[in-house]
Amino acid sequence: MIQVENLTKFYGRTLAIQDVNFSVKKGEILGFLGPNAAGKTTTLRIMTGFLGASNGTVKVDGYDVFDDALEVRRRIGYLPETVPLYPEMRVREYLGFFAALRGVPRAQRASRVDDAMRKASIASVADKIVGRLSKGFRQRVGIGQALVHDPPVLVLDEPTIGLDPRQIIETRRLIRGLGKNHTIILSTHILPEVSMTCDRVVIINRGRVVAEDTPQGLAGALSKSERTLIRLLRPANDVIARLEALDGVEKVRRDQPAGTYVIETALGADVREVVAAAAVENLWGLVELRPVALSLEDVFLHLTTEEEGVSA
Amino acid sequence: MRNILAITHRELRAYTSGWMAYVVTAGFLLIGGFIFWVILYRSQQAEMRAAFQNMAVTLLFIAPLLTMRLLAEEKKTGTMELLLTSPVTDLEVVLGKFLGAVALLVAMLALTFAMPLVLLHYNQPEWGPIWVGYLGLLLVGAAFLSVGLLVSSLTDSQVVAGFLGFGILLAFWIGSWATPPGATGIGAALQYAAITTHLDDFVKGVIDTKDVIYYLSFIAVFLFFTVRVVESGKWR
Repeated sequence: MIQVENLTKFYGRTLAIQDVNFSVKKGEILGFLGPNAAGKTTTLRIMTGFLGASNGTVKVDGYDVFDDALEVRRRIGYLPETVPLYPEMRVREYLGFFAALRGVPRAQRASRVDDAMRKASIASVADKIVGRLSKGFRQRVGIGQALVHDPPVLVLDEPTIGLDPRQIIETRRLIRGLGKNHTIILSTHILPEVSMTCDRVVIINRGRVVAEDTPQGLAGALSKSERTLIRLLRPANDVIARLEALDGVEKVRRDQPAGTYVIETALGADVREVVAAAAVENLWGLVELRPVALSLEDVFLHLTTEEEGVSA
Repeated sequence: MRNILAITHRELRAYTSGWMAYVVTAGFLLIGGFIFWVILYRSQQAEMRAAFQNMAVTLLFIAPLLTMRLLAEEKKTGTMELLLTSPVTDLEVVLGKFLGAVALLVAMLALTFAMPLVLLHYNQPEWGPIWVGYLGLLLVGAAFLSVGLLVSSLTDSQVVAGFLGFGILLAFWIGSWATPPGATGIGAALQYAAITTHLDDFVKGVIDTKDVIYYLSFIAVFLFFTVRVVESGKWR
């Protein structure tokens, strides 16, 4: 349904995203996970045609977002992070305006607006002034706006940001429900959010995609160990067994190039000293010794992994 | 066309739901009415010529107040993001907004029609020049609005948009003052560019194609630049 290929964007000379690749299948809920300023909003803005890309393409339902911009926009419902509203309008009017703008024929407009209000649970405030609604209702009016032309694709940028725990749970339930009839991309910096709502996760950090997996697979990838890399000029034949015999070392495996080994240890354990001592004692020719920082774990450090009062 | 009208309709809704349009209209009618009364009282002539000239100058001052919100506010609140990711072209967005402002201008001018009706009390005025004068006012007012729309696209601050629009219009107005009649070269260019001088024939009741073309091309140029500015937002 959506193909993002080699997407790169510079703001002036600042690189925002680089070679972002991923695709979303029809009917899937894709979580776009990353810490703040990772490039999530930039990617979504390019996908919706609000921003141009420095390089790369986005295709939605086979249409190119740059060459067939209007066809793509017809198929997308978009909720920007800021939830843009016209504060002076009534909810029904606001939705009616966007229904008209997105090409819903006049005869169907009222029923489409009612339908969107029902789905977003805002029917009770249909005739209220948008500017006087609470934060939670505004968010849902924003979602209603994205739904009003019944687009096959929904792009939701941080849909639960700034909501209270009860509203967050309701919004996630709403999104899960919408997933039955729409292909959804939602961005978030909250780790539990993807496991609760998404079928698949793309993790982005510093403008690059660093992982793509199911929420379950992701939990497995979150390693329970620490790794240290060593490089030896003259490793003995039984070097792996002898390293594994050292105190604190759990597992050793060979890595590229030749002479490189990755030592796994328990979380928090530091084996550098004993490994170095063993290497020197046995004249293995130690030339490199460093802890391995996994890009994925690096990302997780910057993610919000717990939420106060929210469990669904 | 449907998209343009949807945007125009929303603009009119935004005008009527706030105080700005009412205050500006009231101010325009008060100033215009006062000037009309003074002229009528002094000249004792049942005609609108001088009143039209003064109304044009009043419009110059208030047009930026009507347009400063149009794009600047959408940029500030982020609704621009929704407009530009809807299946509408940038041209449709700009035209929709422009027509919204023009529709308000038409309403304001319609309300001033009380003035020629007052003339009926004294004498039968010549209706031809009055209709032509209104056409001229509509064109000059729309030209002012196109300038205001362009500056509104350049900033997300309404205050900046208002002042900048006002400054540019003032420059177009007074730009020709320094040049003597019959000047050539730059002086002639300045005189040709001056917005209000093209109104002179209209208020006399003469429709000169040259003036109509001037206003229409003036509007087209400013709307064109507005579209380009909106487009360029994509390539920050």
